[in-house]
Amino acid sequence: MMNDAIFTKQRLINLGIIITAIWFTWYAQNTLDEYTVRIINNVAIFIILAVSYNLINGVTGQFSLEPNGFVAIGAYVVAILTVDAEGMLYQYDIEDPSAWVLAMQAEFIWALLLAGIISALLALSLSFPVFRVRGDYLAIVTLGFGFIIRILAINSPSITNGSLGINDIPEYSNYLYWTMGAAIITVVAILNIIYSKYGRAMKAVRDDEDAATAMGVDTFKIKTLAFSTSAFFEGIGGGLLAALLTSISPDLFTFFLTFQLLIIIVLGGLGSTTGAILGTIFVMAGLEWMRFLDEPISFMGIETEGTPGMRMVVFSLILILVMLFAREGLMGKKELKDLFKKKKANK
Amino acid sequence: MILEVCNVTKKFGGVTAIKDTSFHVNLKEIYGLIGPNGAGKTTMFNIITGNYEPTAGSVKFHGQRIDGIKPYKIVHRGIARTFQNIRLFKSMTVLDNVLIGFDYQATYTYFEAILRLPRFFKEERRVRERAFEIMEVLGIAEFADELATSLSYGSQRKVEIARALAANPQLLLLDEPAAGMNPQETHELAELFFKIRDEFDVTILLIEHDMKFVNKLCDRVMVLDYGKTIFEGDIKDAIKNEEVIKAYLGDFKHA
Repeated sequence: MMNDAIFTKQRLINLGIIITAIWFTWYAQNTLDEYTVRIINNVAIFIILAVSYNLINGVTGQFSLEPNGFVAIGAYVVAILTVDAEGMLYQYDIEDPSAWVLAMQAEFIWALLLAGIISALLALSLSFPVFRVRGDYLAIVTLGFGFIIRILAINSPSITNGSLGINDIPEYSNYLYWTMGAAIITVVAILNIIYSKYGRAMKAVRDDEDAATAMGVDTFKIKTLAFSTSAFFEGIGGGLLAALLTSISPDLFTFFLTFQLLIIIVLGGLGSTTGAILGTIFVMAGLEWMRFLDEPISFMGIETEGTPGMRMVVFSLILILVMLFAREGLMGKKELKDLFKKKKANK
Repeated sequence: MILEVCNVTKKFGGVTAIKDTSFHVNLKEIYGLIGPNGAGKTTMFNIITGNYEPTAGSVKFHGQRIDGIKPYKIVHRGIARTFQNIRLFKSMTVLDNVLIGFDYQATYTYFEAILRLPRFFKEERRVRERAFEIMEVLGIAEFADELATSLSYGSQRKVEIARALAANPQLLLLDEPAAGMNPQETHELAELFFKIRDEFDVTILLIEHDMKFVNKLCDRVMVLDYGKTIFEGDIKDAIKNEEVIKAYLGDFKHA
């Protein structure tokens, strides 16, 4: 019954999308101005964060509020590993950096991987207490986790330089190949998970956990896998963010970051990877584009003074409208290929 | 003997849901659990599938004790179930619903899935072919790509049974499979169960209220009331048993 022709056609489309993304990266890096490239970098990093956050929150249906914690860990790991000893001694004003912090040095690529692995291991240890019970405990524990990480960062000046944060992080991420490359790898990896028995089991856990158990699914293992995978990519996203901003401090990783990601995935459609990507572009690029609203506007003879914050008002209105008319977000639970299928069926 | 329930008691606080109940199910038999609402039939199912631990007594499957084992591990040993109120995965297609049953049988690892290594394709192909075979037998293959919850009630029941069969059980537990069906559908369902038993080599244990259906299908039955066994044995004797008729199947003579 397996239709081989359609199977390969779908694969060709996927390959086409990946090639287009790579071409776009090359094109943007070589022709667009620095400001635009920076926005694309930002969008790419947030695509990593949103898509991986969506895996635990949307696909597996476990309401977690953790991204800011893991993003912070990723950012600090990369910062500590890539800033050299001289730079650290110069910057660390509150307390001298610990010997092991000075000794830890790594290439950017290894620093990124380590950021992901440390986040994933932390997620693994968190999941043992959290997933033993059902319900909204995960939200509370992960919310607390985010706070704890931030407070730890403020209160361990010999490692993180406290509330002053770490500056002069080598600027790798302002090079599109890093951010877009990582974004493409993340999206492919997560889609590969979703379209496998693991992804099916994750959706089954979301839809009906008891029924999933009754079909032989080890729901604890599946939730732990989703949570750790999500943390892994969030750690990497955090590392890239550190290398884009070049300076990080605990205040960057407040609950607001989680909230922003939550808006993105709900707007895009909980459970849809395509939705998470669209949501990121919509929110991140849209907010940037709407900057003109903050400035004095002259439109059809009507002149307004510049109102700082006007874009947030308009943005909120758009959010409300989208949520009123598309309750399930822009994409619902559908992916790109489901849209094509539907079109065919309608004709 | 495939399943042996020995002196099982289950208490919820002060309420005794099942009291010192024993029965056994033979290989390739169709066994019925009957009795009025609240008799403890579904509780018995939940004990067999590991969702509840019995307060006293033991459950043996192929001679090995299975009480106290985690529910998903009991599925791996060869017991699958359906639910009284249909519980399909509502955001998933019929095919994906059935494929969940193969979850523990597809042997590729997480990393093989992420990297799309050859074993992923081999295993996915294998389980998909098996899923279509099962769906063909139940007559739902044509709906493979439709959303499971968009089907008619009868077809949804079949999807649930297909899903349970996908878990490759030796013992299939069906919780009121004929509920909400008209006589015609019930008749077809009984035929389907005979076919399932023969084609998939399964033993069936079912809970049912429809006595015509039970009479047609079951080899032996157990009648429960308020957690107590009031009859166990051949269905022919059950419908003649004074106590059973008087107390629980009062309207059976007219049926």
